Amino acid sequence: MMRALRCLLLGAFAAGLAAAPAMAQEEAPAPPPQHWTFDGLFGTYDLASAQRGFQVYSEVCSVCHSLQYLHYRDLAGIGLTEGQIKSVAAAVTVPKGLDDDGNVKEGPGTPADQFKNPYPLYDPILNVVRTNEKASRAAHNGALPPDLTLMVNAREGHGDYVYAILNGYVAPPADFKLQDGMNYNKYFPGHQITMPQPLHDQQVTYADGTPGTVEQMSHDVVTFLAWAGNPELAERKQMGIRWVLFFVIMTGLTYAVKRTVWADVDH
Amino acid sequence: MAEQHKSEFANPVINWIDTRLPIFTMMQKEYGTFPTPKNFNYFWNFGALAMVTLVIMIATGIFLAMNYQPNTELAFGSIQHIMRDVNYGWLIRYIHQNGASMFFIVTYIHIFRGLYYGSYKKPRELLWMIGVVILLIMMATAFMGYVLPWGQMSYWGATVITNLFSAFPIVGHPIVTWLWGGFSVDNPTLNRFFSLHYLLPFVLIGVVFLHVAALHIVGSNNPLGIDVKSPQDTLPFHPYYTVKDSVGVCVFLGIFAAVVFFAPNMLGDPNNFIPANPLQTPADIVPEWYFLPYYAILRSVPDKLLGVCMLFGSILILFVLPWLDTSPVRSARFRPIYRQIIWVWLLAVVVLGICGAHKPEGIWVLLSRVCTLYYFLHFLVILPLLGKLERPLPLPESISRPVIGGGGPMPSGAAAKPMEKA
Amino acid sequence: MAESSAASVAHHGHPPDVTKRDMLKLVAGATAGIGVAAVAWSLIDYMNPAQDVLALSAVEVDLNPIVAGQGITVLWQGKPIFVRHRTPQEIKQAADVPLNQLIEPQPDNARVQPGHDQWIVLVGICTHLGCVPLGNKSSDPRGEWGGWFCPCHGSQYDTSGRVRHGPAPANLPVPPYAFESDTKIKIG
Repeated sequence: MMRALRCLLLGAFAAGLAAAPAMAQEEAPAPPPQHWTFDGLFGTYDLASAQRGFQVYSEVCSVCHSLQYLHYRDLAGIGLTEGQIKSVAAAVTVPKGLDDDGNVKEGPGTPADQFKNPYPLYDPILNVVRTNEKASRAAHNGALPPDLTLMVNAREGHGDYVYAILNGYVAPPADFKLQDGMNYNKYFPGHQITMPQPLHDQQVTYADGTPGTVEQMSHDVVTFLAWAGNPELAERKQMGIRWVLFFVIMTGLTYAVKRTVWADVDH
Repeated sequence: MAEQHKSEFANPVINWIDTRLPIFTMMQKEYGTFPTPKNFNYFWNFGALAMVTLVIMIATGIFLAMNYQPNTELAFGSIQHIMRDVNYGWLIRYIHQNGASMFFIVTYIHIFRGLYYGSYKKPRELLWMIGVVILLIMMATAFMGYVLPWGQMSYWGATVITNLFSAFPIVGHPIVTWLWGGFSVDNPTLNRFFSLHYLLPFVLIGVVFLHVAALHIVGSNNPLGIDVKSPQDTLPFHPYYTVKDSVGVCVFLGIFAAVVFFAPNMLGDPNNFIPANPLQTPADIVPEWYFLPYYAILRSVPDKLLGVCMLFGSILILFVLPWLDTSPVRSARFRPIYRQIIWVWLLAVVVLGICGAHKPEGIWVLLSRVCTLYYFLHFLVILPLLGKLERPLPLPESISRPVIGGGGPMPSGAAAKPMEKA
Repeated sequence: MAESSAASVAHHGHPPDVTKRDMLKLVAGATAGIGVAAVAWSLIDYMNPAQDVLALSAVEVDLNPIVAGQGITVLWQGKPIFVRHRTPQEIKQAADVPLNQLIEPQPDNARVQPGHDQWIVLVGICTHLGCVPLGNKSSDPRGEWGGWFCPCHGSQYDTSGRVRHGPAPANLPVPPYAFESDTKIKIG
């Protein structure tokens, strides 16, 4: 009976783990799994893909979506050189403090600056730029395009989900009642999303010549956003292999010492 | 002048200190020569693991507090600052975040060891009760800690749980307003939660000290559940259990490292990556996994006040467990029925945890109710009756002579015959 | 189970496996020590300046708007930095001073960069007790030597930022800086 009970317990635990992710989806199908280079124990970001994704963000998404927790200097993490970072930053105009009349003055970006916010709200006391939520809503019929820095982390399906949304704009079923100003998306919970399809084929001309299909652009921008949400991933996994190996070795060593210490004890 | 304590340490510096404040003598007595039953299995590691985890949590917490801003406008951003700009900030943060889960895992196993081997029985009732106090302080600390990142789940979890207190008649709403320091969970709440979250772990150190002190008065239990009869039943804590505990520590830290480095957000909720928004409630408000069984118990009853009472009751009942369990036998090894019943109880707790993760609708409601009923039935009905009705197996003579019914003097140097595997 | 120690001594004539046991403990202890050191380093490095602070450890200044005879103040690592555009008379004044007349002797050419002696870059903190001297704007009091005047206790600096009248004991320090072009310097 004990064995049966333990099996039941393990089974219940496993069922619970399996059931837990499914419950949050409600109504929308689970996003199909994609292959990401950053998955797995030894995964890292494909830097070329991340750089293309940065291009997609800059040319398409940045019109509405902020990346307020990123600074231009962080782009070294996807392989940009100091010179490239300086020119990327200098190409945008960002708030630069107050002028002598007390008004917000602007100037070319520097590596130390936050990514340009499409609807900036400059805080002169803390010298940070936040999102001007009201201005953003006013420009989007009351809807607020969310900040994207943590988007891949903030959704159950992570990268698969964001990819699915970007590729999920299909015609609604005949009996579906689509509200005014909304768009049908196969993978969005409730199927009605305010954002119109953001990516279209050939919309972005990649610097490295890769064809700019929707799938390619989605894949690249998701890689970029995954990096934006978890920039420490490569270092973290590398350290992880070392530390787990260290503890395996230490367990072996301490166990051997334990055996010698306990050698002459009846136990 | 009072009579000076005479120390006999070789090192003159240590001797000088110890004569005036006998901390080294105390360490020698409590963790050096302390007679410990020699038949511990690895379940006895978990108290030490809990202590190690507490130290790790305090250390990482203090460093995080150097960069954390306890203000509703700055909290979320300060944690991003730690994760991105502070050297090794991501590592310290992930250790602290997952350390909370590890703390509850080792403590729950530590408690289960107590339940299985009857470590709560006379003369260890007070030791057990101090342990329940430790659990309560851990829960309060973890609850407040989860609010600090000021994500969606931080905010809404805090709102739901603090609102529970409004269930109490007359004093309910004033208490909640007092807890909040305002009319909803807001900046005053966050600020005071940070202060108390920093304070409670140090209170915990004090209670853990009492816990170990109480243990050292009565001595440790052991897998056989029988008293130590002679020094042959014991070993000095050092080096035997210091070295055995270090094996457990290495396994524990290895698992901890695997989680921190490879799956740091596995146990968390994606919603907490969204800054708190008082105007938008997430689709599912779910506490961290270690609170799920209590959450299921709370929601199993439609009445708010009854749900709150059952929630607190499910933990407070542990205080009186030493008096509910009437069996004269401690260890489940010699209690053939209890040995199986306890696993049914554990199954109920696990199922309650799964229920807590789901919306209270459909099958989950029925399951929660059945398991909640069983949970209380176990303590209030089964244990008191079982003690009277169960026929325990015969207990061994002693720890060092676990052969049943004696059998003459043991030949010197030979190993004792091992007990049949439980 | 291993044979008892007593029996082993009789057998081999020395305590069994002591050296092997000690080696094992040494290796285990040393490996643990490496782990502890790695952890300790993480905690120590955690307290070093964070990436955002390091990013602001250097500041670039555009020299174009600064006309001859005027100076500006910029913030670098939390400190005020004077960047002043000296006129030819001010340069000559600074260069012609005999060193034995100075409280802290230093030639002017050691305090400016070759080819750019019209630019003087100084840490604008009085070396007496830390006030910020006046003198960047031509309308400010500049003291007898045309440099800077500290209103707190009356210290005066010349056009090279050298102290000429106490109670300040030392010259205004020159921070590390480099010319990125003729019209831009990077401090730090």
